[in-house]
Amino acid sequence: MRADELRGALPGVPEKEWLSDAEARVRTDPDQLPALFARAGRKLGRQPLADRPDWTPGLAGRVLLLLAVPHKDDRVLDLYWHGDTGERLAVLHALALLPIGDAGVPLVEDALRTNDTRLVAAALGPYARHLSPATWRQGVVKCVFMGVPLSRVDRLDERADAELAAMLTGLAQERAAAGRRMPADATALLNRIQQKQED
Amino acid sequence: MRVFDPHIHMTSRTTDDYRRMADAGVRAVVEPAFWLGQPRTNPGSFADYFDSLLGWEPYRASQFGVRHHATIALNPKEANDPRCRPVLDLLPRYLDKDGVVAVGEVGYDSMTPAEDEAFGTQLALAREFELPALVHTPHRDKAAGTRRTLDVIAESGIDPGRVAVDHLNEVTVGLVRDTGCWLGFSIYPETKMSPPRMVEILQRYGTERVLVNSAADWGHSDPLLTVATGEAMLAAGFTADDVDLVLWRNPVAFYAQSGRLDLSDLPAPEPSYAGSSLARGGS
Repeated sequence: MRADELRGALPGVPEKEWLSDAEARVRTDPDQLPALFARAGRKLGRQPLADRPDWTPGLAGRVLLLLAVPHKDDRVLDLYWHGDTGERLAVLHALALLPIGDAGVPLVEDALRTNDTRLVAAALGPYARHLSPATWRQGVVKCVFMGVPLSRVDRLDERADAELAAMLTGLAQERAAAGRRMPADATALLNRIQQKQED
Repeated sequence: MRVFDPHIHMTSRTTDDYRRMADAGVRAVVEPAFWLGQPRTNPGSFADYFDSLLGWEPYRASQFGVRHHATIALNPKEANDPRCRPVLDLLPRYLDKDGVVAVGEVGYDSMTPAEDEAFGTQLALAREFELPALVHTPHRDKAAGTRRTLDVIAESGIDPGRVAVDHLNEVTVGLVRDTGCWLGFSIYPETKMSPPRMVEILQRYGTERVLVNSAADWGHSDPLLTVATGEAMLAAGFTADDVDLVLWRNPVAFYAQSGRLDLSDLPAPEPSYAGSSLARGGS
């Protein structure tokens, strides 16, 4: 979601004045960011947003706080490394909106090493364009392995290549040997890659 | 029977335990930070542990339909190692997190000056971060340790209604009963309390401000002894509402004082929970 979409999704949130105040505070005193970022989850709420059920007011508010704070790079990294899962998800969702270049890549690589499907899915959003092809392919296969829907992967068809097809084919063979099915979206992806190669 | 275990160290338990607990009605747990058997030697080791209590363990619990919260503190045993003292400097950042519903376990192990300082400092942090405190009472010299614990709590200025004094027994319950603190009882297979002894205490002292936990960890312990205590209460003539008060509403009321307890959308435990095989990731 873009910044204006985030703000547009928040009008019904009762505590949005708390958010306006918090944004003003981190603009003038960025050292307040860690505490306000931590509290935003419970202050703004954890229920799904009406228009975007995969987002919560707390998540949207945290992303807006990151957009408000000046001199972002080190502060963003600090919030991730000292964050709980909710805070880490907010940083991962914000990365593509922040002017921090490749500085967020170690965070995404860390998220891909976890076994939490929420973090793995968030790592493969739009900011994943900064990942190397090898790391990105491993992430996609891990999604298939963990049952994360491939619709969560940004620019999937654009980046899917012969090497990813080979990895998925290998996984399909292992699954067949174990009498287990591949997820339908993974089989469909494999077919699309192979179709693209024949064209 | 719905059960909230207000003190259990799930980090040390298996997925089989989570499944059995969910099947028996345990729908929510609080995991206090404590020691891990093997002493730690540096603050980084604690940071990873605290991160796990707020990250991986709640996620693992959610696979079985169990809601997981944590309490964070430097425990009294490791407060005695000067290499672990800087953990106190890590705490403020953690005490602001959504999943933290109390400061704990704090209190005494051997009643040393280092433990005095860590205990007092952390009760002050509980006030600063508007959190309740979960207080461990020592296994050795328990009655004297409990008296000293109550003195420190009174001197700290924290509201006693925001303090749970844990691991009580027949000898120490009377000391705590009239202080306004909550009364915690850990039900163990052999040591500490047993379900029949717990029922006798409830008959004598009532159900008000009583918390019953399994304190199950890496030692000989049983995460289903909360449920067994509920069954023993029913067999002794307590009503289902009494059991619900002790095993659900009391712990909810105590930890809800944090303002952070999140029991929304809690699924009813199902005998054959579909998500019971934990996703292990790509390797």
